[in-house]
Amino acid sequence: MKIQWAALAAATALTIGLAVPAEAKSFRMAVAGDANTMDPHANNAGNTTLILRQVYEPLIHRGQKLEKIPGLATEWSNPSPNVWRFKLRQGVKFHDGSTMTADDVVFSIQRALAPTSDFKLYVSGITEAKKVDESTVDLITSTPNPIVPDGLPRVHIMSKAWSEKNNVQQPQNFRNKEETFAVRNANGTGPFMLRAREPDSRTVLVRNPNWWGWSQPGMGNVTEMVFTPINNDATRFSALMSGEIDFVLDPPVQNLEALKRNPKIKVLEGPENRTIYLSMDQKRDELLYSNVKGKNPFKDVRVRQAVYHAIDAEAIKSRVMRGQSVPTGSMWTEFVNGYSDSNEKRLPLDRDKAKKLLAEAGYPNGFEVTLDCPNNRYINDEQICVAVAGMLAQIGIQAKVSATPMGTHLPKLQKDDTSFYLLGWGVPTFDALYTLQALIRSRGQGADGSFNYGNYSNPKVDALIDQVKVELDLGKRRQLMIDALKLHNEDVGNIPLHHQMIPWAMASNVTAVHQSENQLDLWWVKVD
Amino acid sequence: MIAYIIQRLLQSVLVMAAVGFVAFSLFAYVGDPITIMLGQDYNETERARLAAQLGLDRPFYVQFANFVANAVQGDFGISYRLARPVNAVIRERLPATLELSLIAAFLALAVGVPMGVYTGLKRDSWLSRFFLTVSLIGVSLPTFLIGILLILVFAVILGWLPSFGRGETVQLGWWTTGFFTKSGLKALILPSITLCLFQLTLIMRLVRSEMLEVLRTDYIKFARARGLRDRAVHFRHALRNTLVPVITIAGLQLGAIIAFAIITETVFQWPGMGLLFIQSVSATDIPVMAAYLCLISFVFVVINFVVDLLYYAVDPRLRVDRGAVGGHG
Repeated sequence: MKIQWAALAAATALTIGLAVPAEAKSFRMAVAGDANTMDPHANNAGNTTLILRQVYEPLIHRGQKLEKIPGLATEWSNPSPNVWRFKLRQGVKFHDGSTMTADDVVFSIQRALAPTSDFKLYVSGITEAKKVDESTVDLITSTPNPIVPDGLPRVHIMSKAWSEKNNVQQPQNFRNKEETFAVRNANGTGPFMLRAREPDSRTVLVRNPNWWGWSQPGMGNVTEMVFTPINNDATRFSALMSGEIDFVLDPPVQNLEALKRNPKIKVLEGPENRTIYLSMDQKRDELLYSNVKGKNPFKDVRVRQAVYHAIDAEAIKSRVMRGQSVPTGSMWTEFVNGYSDSNEKRLPLDRDKAKKLLAEAGYPNGFEVTLDCPNNRYINDEQICVAVAGMLAQIGIQAKVSATPMGTHLPKLQKDDTSFYLLGWGVPTFDALYTLQALIRSRGQGADGSFNYGNYSNPKVDALIDQVKVELDLGKRRQLMIDALKLHNEDVGNIPLHHQMIPWAMASNVTAVHQSENQLDLWWVKVD
Repeated sequence: MIAYIIQRLLQSVLVMAAVGFVAFSLFAYVGDPITIMLGQDYNETERARLAAQLGLDRPFYVQFANFVANAVQGDFGISYRLARPVNAVIRERLPATLELSLIAAFLALAVGVPMGVYTGLKRDSWLSRFFLTVSLIGVSLPTFLIGILLILVFAVILGWLPSFGRGETVQLGWWTTGFFTKSGLKALILPSITLCLFQLTLIMRLVRSEMLEVLRTDYIKFARARGLRDRAVHFRHALRNTLVPVITIAGLQLGAIIAFAIITETVFQWPGMGLLFIQSVSATDIPVMAAYLCLISFVFVVINFVVDLLYYAVDPRLRVDRGAVGGHG
């Protein structure tokens, strides 16, 4: 207890001392692409969130281990099944000096629910935000929903008065052919304030000395951040090597060795909350892109198992990914609620068994099929497909790789115009229902099966997933998700390959906290 | 004369319309912007809503007719990626591209012409051979490689010059310029060298061969016979005569410089129109791509038009011939 008091006292002393660090610490950062807008609810893209998360704040933050910690709400509870109640932090100021109130929170949640919002996913199930009193807000859900708090770290709180004054009560609507004020201006409560915004060129953030959170332990010392998008891999790499940039969020994989050898640079590696997987058309009676006529080999579980047994995920890791992947048998990562080691085991690499399974299924000489693949979305996506095709050739399956940009790949899948494809899936809610619903459940209403282009379908799995949606006991709910994945894995509904690793590269005097969503939290960054 | 101008103008309009149509039809194949905009949270209702907002649910010819009607008034709509009017975005990027292109064109002329004259006059000197060898590199190496090599040497190894960006800029009305700050000028050096290298070698070789050609003519022999000094012969007589084709080529190359700034801008993260175009392609930002292609074709059409008029003014034979043809018809 004594020690804690001492720590607290020390922290407070430090805070007072550090509230305005004596020395200006500038931090220059580069990423391949720029943020698309400063509107907090208009564009749910990684590069956009990367800037906005420094400026705006959610009700609930995520800590260094991705645990939910108080943000603009100090505590939250579930007083009745359809109500989530949030106690708001008092005395928080927006960057324009106004005080954050319950009205701002209600307004922001409703703005995130608007038809033009790109963040509806994170408030799904919420029907209404209600002010209870000046420091309390209720979120009402249509059905009991235990995971409301898990979506909220992505929902930023805006000032109602500022939005009304600048006529940005709704997120960007492309029908109004003009720029809204919120596209290049921001007024949040967060640790950094937007100073300059030149799209595709430069965005400058400065430290908000009045941020309530600076008093927490482990805070960084950056006073100014200059964000530059550098599209070209070689230039981004050079800018870091020459010391013009302190931090690169997406260093080119082919340059990692050179970066690691450079004593002035350090590389921080960690898994991303994203899983790369293969999927097969299991519904059609005849595959669209195959030489097998009159039947669909992928309908036979033995063929799917054979494909699985033929894939050497370790070889993909060492040869294609240069070590930057975690081979997996699970459809989601360890960061996600519903993860279990028991589902992690892959079917082992066993070509003889694969050949035997193929023969038993009636394809002793294999068959031909087209493997659709993106070529600009995931790390080395096209090369992974080429490697898989090589591995399948060894058991007689001739996979022809068709690699296209994501803008072409995904619409093709959305038309169900595929027999065999590669895709990656992240879990922004950190809850496995997100994956189970979109990738594994049969097609149905809403998000059910919305990305299940292989049309995997098992009524038992569907029943489990539907139970997850309404189960309020978190322990039981978690077990249901584990069971559903177990059944799916036995069916080989999809073939997970690996979790993608994301390396960050930075000058050796920079300390940053690696984060599986590939987002940098600037408030933890220290520059020595 | 007037008939000639009208004829050329009509041709220009036709070219623009064709470019517009080809550009617009291409967009059907570059991918689906909605997929990019919606990403992982895609669903059918969202898709329909956004398609309706963007007008992408209408048939192709309606979309094209709308595009042309708006484009004629200078309205290219709103960028899908940046959520801002395309005109405003392009106007912001235009100064960066124009400054870079003009500096590159100036460098190409200011260095290329003297080098061409020198190599034309002193064919066998070692410096001429050196220039010619170096110019081979300029012609044969791709722009992006030259850019990356320059970055490697001058930014990474020597640390003298910045590897990306435009440095600090000064605002003059809506125009931003890097000419008045030290970092702005430093940032110009590597990209402008990269961009001008190809044109520079082209101009140098053109001037050289023209010089060699002109120096063999009787006119030069007579000038020498008149006892004029070498200097007067070389510069007043020979060089002047070589400059007519050089100016034509240089004019046309200016258009090429502006258009091919795409690669240089991408390598140096130069915030101009070329970089904007590349980023728009990866995001399937159709309004920006359409506006850019129209603008570039407009630049070419205008330059061609001016060059045609210049021919007409400069070359009296053209006028006589046309008149004669008209008379016969």
